[in-house]
Amino acid sequence: MDPLHNPALLRGVTQPRTRREAFRIAGLSAAALALAACGVQGQKAAPPKADAVKDFWSKQTKHGKVVFANWPEYMPGDKAPLEAFAKATGISYEYKEVVNENAEFFGKVDPVLRAGQSLGYDIVVMTNGVQLQHMFELGYATALDHSQLPNFAAHAGAKYKERSYDPGNTYTLPYMSGITGIAYNTKYVKDDITSIEALFDPKYKGRVGMMADAQEIANFGMFALGIDPEKSTEADWRKAGEKLKAQRDNGIVRKYYDQSYIDAVSKGDVWLTMAWSGDVFQRQLAGEPVRFVVPQEGGTIWTDNMLIPKGAANPLDALILMDYLYQPAVAAELDEYVQFVSPVPAVQDLLKEKAATAEGKDKKDLEALVASPLVFPTEADYAKLRSYTTLTTAQEQIFNPIFQSITQA
Amino acid sequence: MRRLTPYLLALPSWMWLSIFLVVPLAAMASVSLQTGNAIDGFAMTFSFSNYADALSTYSPQLFRSLGYGALATVAMLLIGYPVAYWIAFKGGRRKSVYLFLLLLPFFVSFVLRTISWGFLLSDDGILLGTLKSWGLLPAGFHVLATTFAVVAGLTYNWLPFMILPIYVSLERVDPRTVEAAQDLYASRAAAFRRVVLPLSLPGVFAGVLMTFVPATADPVNAQVLGGTGNTMIGNIIQTEYLTNLDYPTASALSFTLMAMLLVGIFVYAKALGTENVLEAAAR
Repeated sequence: MDPLHNPALLRGVTQPRTRREAFRIAGLSAAALALAACGVQGQKAAPPKADAVKDFWSKQTKHGKVVFANWPEYMPGDKAPLEAFAKATGISYEYKEVVNENAEFFGKVDPVLRAGQSLGYDIVVMTNGVQLQHMFELGYATALDHSQLPNFAAHAGAKYKERSYDPGNTYTLPYMSGITGIAYNTKYVKDDITSIEALFDPKYKGRVGMMADAQEIANFGMFALGIDPEKSTEADWRKAGEKLKAQRDNGIVRKYYDQSYIDAVSKGDVWLTMAWSGDVFQRQLAGEPVRFVVPQEGGTIWTDNMLIPKGAANPLDALILMDYLYQPAVAAELDEYVQFVSPVPAVQDLLKEKAATAEGKDKKDLEALVASPLVFPTEADYAKLRSYTTLTTAQEQIFNPIFQSITQA
Repeated sequence: MRRLTPYLLALPSWMWLSIFLVVPLAAMASVSLQTGNAIDGFAMTFSFSNYADALSTYSPQLFRSLGYGALATVAMLLIGYPVAYWIAFKGGRRKSVYLFLLLLPFFVSFVLRTISWGFLLSDDGILLGTLKSWGLLPAGFHVLATTFAVVAGLTYNWLPFMILPIYVSLERVDPRTVEAAQDLYASRAAAFRRVVLPLSLPGVFAGVLMTFVPATADPVNAQVLGGTGNTMIGNIIQTEYLTNLDYPTASALSFTLMAMLLVGIFVYAKALGTENVLEAAAR
């Protein structure tokens, strides 16, 4: 098989690779090989004991270095927040944009962590969902020491301290949140879209985009049926599957998209589509005729989370950086660039103050940002938002085929 | 010692082959018969039903892929043979320029090339948008998200791999054999059919081999250019492996695909009357 068909490479080929990364990939294949040759060992990990966690952290010292693995376009180009961090703490940083997709990233790190090797990253960012759950279950995440996270305790929003997928923030701190809703191209869709039913409307036959991801599409099927995904059962999934299958069989769906949906809707290949809030906001700023709504039946809120992978070389430095990002001024600076939902509520007021003193285009952009429900959802917005279903491995083996048989028919 | 030298010289290739082909294949064969899940681990249970389950679930995608691969291969042959013929016999001094032009797109990444097709063919893009504004196409017409787009993408992406081997075999045809045929009162068509075509068949065989296999297994074109109901087996294997972490199903599907391609190629070789498949491909 030639390298063009290596699935792990497919998404990465557009990214420049350093020689070191090439070696890492080579090592990875060797690890995968060793792993496959002798069967695949299970590693189900027990939940961490409080004593063990305390013991682990009491032994850690500051190394003056931290390696942060994040998604692309999730940090200002000049890395100003990290520069300021380095100045304030004396910890130098390496910032790598290596996470492009949760499943693909997990597929890459799993063999390395399974073999007990270090990833070379001290912080990685993953979305809540199946792969993050696997990280917990397999013991790939380091339990955090909350006595060393004063900024998080003081400034994180209440919603970001009680998340069903990681109760008590045992392993993760939120980095940013975003919303899955509906985006539509106002050049083609003249009505105001408010309901999820628009995605099922024969009027838009062949012009509707849906997401290929099983959890994303499952949630929208359930919203359309008035089911709360967080409380859903197998019977609910099957009902949602029926609804989505009918939508496909009636020719309403043009395609099941990955990240490429945003180009399709802004070019007009699809007129309305499931969409992620921050993408749409960035396109609006670029002047494209797209609008984002959270449908009245509900939308999905997801969170990208920072965690310290097992075997990280500099856990204490990582913990210090994670906490540093919760200082309101730092969080505001970050959100001004990233434009997703910050877990620090004080950001809105800080940006309001900044808008008041800014001038010209900056002022306009900042005012739009502060007023945007996509970046600062209101309580009414939050009330409509739900998380993904938390699935056990056994449930996943039922859940995935139901929805993949629709998106990958 | 001297007698051993050729074997020693071949040693690096043998090691390469065994480390990067035989060992992974053996590992894959082993995984394809295991059961379990990624969290609790997989154990060898000689579960041959993995194959039956994978086949019963994914046979539509498997046969669709073979169909798309075959369609694209035929299209490549129909487009590629005349091109190779033209370069070999009419290319003159500029042959190397034409060959370079043929390979030029390969300086751009495969994925990017496919994505640019998406850009080019978008519903209101530079091509279709223009034709629509001239009233040559109905407003609802689209190319993307259709079977046609996927097969066309496959054809485009592997076309040079069809042209080059055919070119090489045509290049070796001595023009004097054609003259001789014509001296013996063969028409131009008959000379082509009875002299040039048979002499170029090894090239055609190699071309088909080098395009049908990757085109059938490709996941990128279906993902970027296809719509609902265009999923190919490569996409399924990718999902099973990376998203579902169902290594046994992914391995079983890969093996099934490989077996079907091998059988297909041997049947094809028999039908073409090539005595020794590998020798013909290498020639």
